[in-house]
Amino acid sequence: MTPRITLGLLLLLAPASLLLALVSGSIDIDLWALLSHSAEPLAQTVVFELRLPRALAAFAVGGMLALAGALMQVLLRNPLADPYILGISGGAAVAALLSLLAGLSGLLLAGNAFIGALASMLLVFGLAHGRGTWTATRLILTGVIVAAGWGALIGLILALAPERGLHGMLFWLMGDLSHTPPPLWGLLACGLGLLLCLPLARDLNVLARGELAASALGVAVPRLRLLLYFIASLLTAGAVTIAGSIGFVGLVIPHLLRLLGLHDHRHLLPGCVLAGGSLLMLADTLARTVVAPQQLPVGVITALLGVPLFLYLLNRRGIRL
Amino acid sequence: MSTPLLTACGLTVEIGGKQVCSDLNLDIHAGQCWALLGTNGIGKTTLLHTLAGLRTPTAGQILLNGLAIDTLPRRQVARQMGLLLQEEGDAFPGTVLETALSGRHPHLGRWQWESAADIALAEQALAQVGLAGLETRQINTLSGGERRRLSVATLLTQDPRLFLLDEPTNHLDPHQQITLLEQLTSQVQEETRGLLMILHDVNLASRFCDHALLLFGEGESLYGPLSRVLRAKNIERLYSHPVIELDGPRGPIYLPQ
Repeated sequence: MTPRITLGLLLLLAPASLLLALVSGSIDIDLWALLSHSAEPLAQTVVFELRLPRALAAFAVGGMLALAGALMQVLLRNPLADPYILGISGGAAVAALLSLLAGLSGLLLAGNAFIGALASMLLVFGLAHGRGTWTATRLILTGVIVAAGWGALIGLILALAPERGLHGMLFWLMGDLSHTPPPLWGLLACGLGLLLCLPLARDLNVLARGELAASALGVAVPRLRLLLYFIASLLTAGAVTIAGSIGFVGLVIPHLLRLLGLHDHRHLLPGCVLAGGSLLMLADTLARTVVAPQQLPVGVITALLGVPLFLYLLNRRGIRL
Repeated sequence: MSTPLLTACGLTVEIGGKQVCSDLNLDIHAGQCWALLGTNGIGKTTLLHTLAGLRTPTAGQILLNGLAIDTLPRRQVARQMGLLLQEEGDAFPGTVLETALSGRHPHLGRWQWESAADIALAEQALAQVGLAGLETRQINTLSGGERRRLSVATLLTQDPRLFLLDEPTNHLDPHQQITLLEQLTSQVQEETRGLLMILHDVNLASRFCDHALLLFGEGESLYGPLSRVLRAKNIERLYSHPVIELDGPRGPIYLPQ
């Protein structure tokens, strides 16, 4: 299968997943009636005001996470890197949990999570930059340590929080799409992120071979690293703000596509948006239908699917660290 | 004489408080093959990276075609000078052809894709290093020697005027060592190119190079035409090891005692 055919199939997967998300759920939908505007008003409302925005938000979040994951993996030259490895989700989570503790919700909660993510991004950047040296190893170590610090704070908040608030906190931490803001912003951020990355895609191909090799092939490595760090971090911050920290999409999707033959980042990056978006739409559809009427945090589904899939890939390919 | 491909003016390089070379003044002209020799850890790779503009020297300047290398955009440098690294770690999968094609990176515009001509160039380079037919192979299935030759093919696809090579014969069997060095040095003779390579085999250096740069440590060095520099007493001093000089079919052969 050539990369173009793979991309073409992914382009079909996205609308197919959207359609599935629209028709699945406790209320049966007659698709033809819906399209010919002859469906009942209740069905119209459910599809266009509940399921469609949620599915689109899922697409945007999945796309952003997979894209950010692919960028982080090249930036850190580490196949096990994911969008959260540098502590961005941890910073967002601490801010979000504190907001939940203070009884905030909606836009205030999302805004604080975004601020927490940005604060963590700048903190890691400042600490890793140190005295001017900025190697991938130094960055990843700084990020992992800061993330561990956030993890401790999260544990502390959970331990001290009143019991009635724990459910909401747990959902936020696992990643959840049931309280998402309007999807337009997410879709715009996802599209903008992809547009910013595409002109850098061939540089990424070279950077994946190492920083020295990239410099020797004409890449201005320090500037590219800076761009990658900020684009990947902002994408992650956006995704986490919309839906909490949904795991495994950012780690697994880039590897899955590489195994399908998309090595060239000019194919891989758009592929990540399409595949990450589609798979998160499917996972979210499962999350709200599997044990309906109860809803599961979508992060549980992505992890349940992601863990065995990743272990399988790891054993099949022997990814080297 | 025309502008040298690469000039080192008063170059002093240090690493970890140790002097690699001091006040080095040398020109690499088109048509010249230089060997860079020295013991392990003496700073050969450091000097090579400095000459490639990837490290800032302690003092002095490096000129690429007469222009200060640190003022040139990396892309422009990469179109004129190619660097073969000592080792390459492949963190991500890719095919042999994709890897070779990355050599075209400095020649392509931001939105430009590799043309049929670029692909033909990469395929020709793969054939030159004996990797024809392996275009669709995954790089992580290659042997050490095949991977090494792929790196050389990438360099040939980059098509620079000056080759800087860090131990090009690493991982290669004797036959492949000779074929590869013949391939590379013939590029220098046929066209208007130059070459500087780190070698550990004095006899390969004397067979394929016409100039040599010896690093003795403590900033001391000796450089110039091979016939003047590559002498038994210099080699003994270089490796702190006695050598025997024998008469070979192409000139003297040096054996460590």
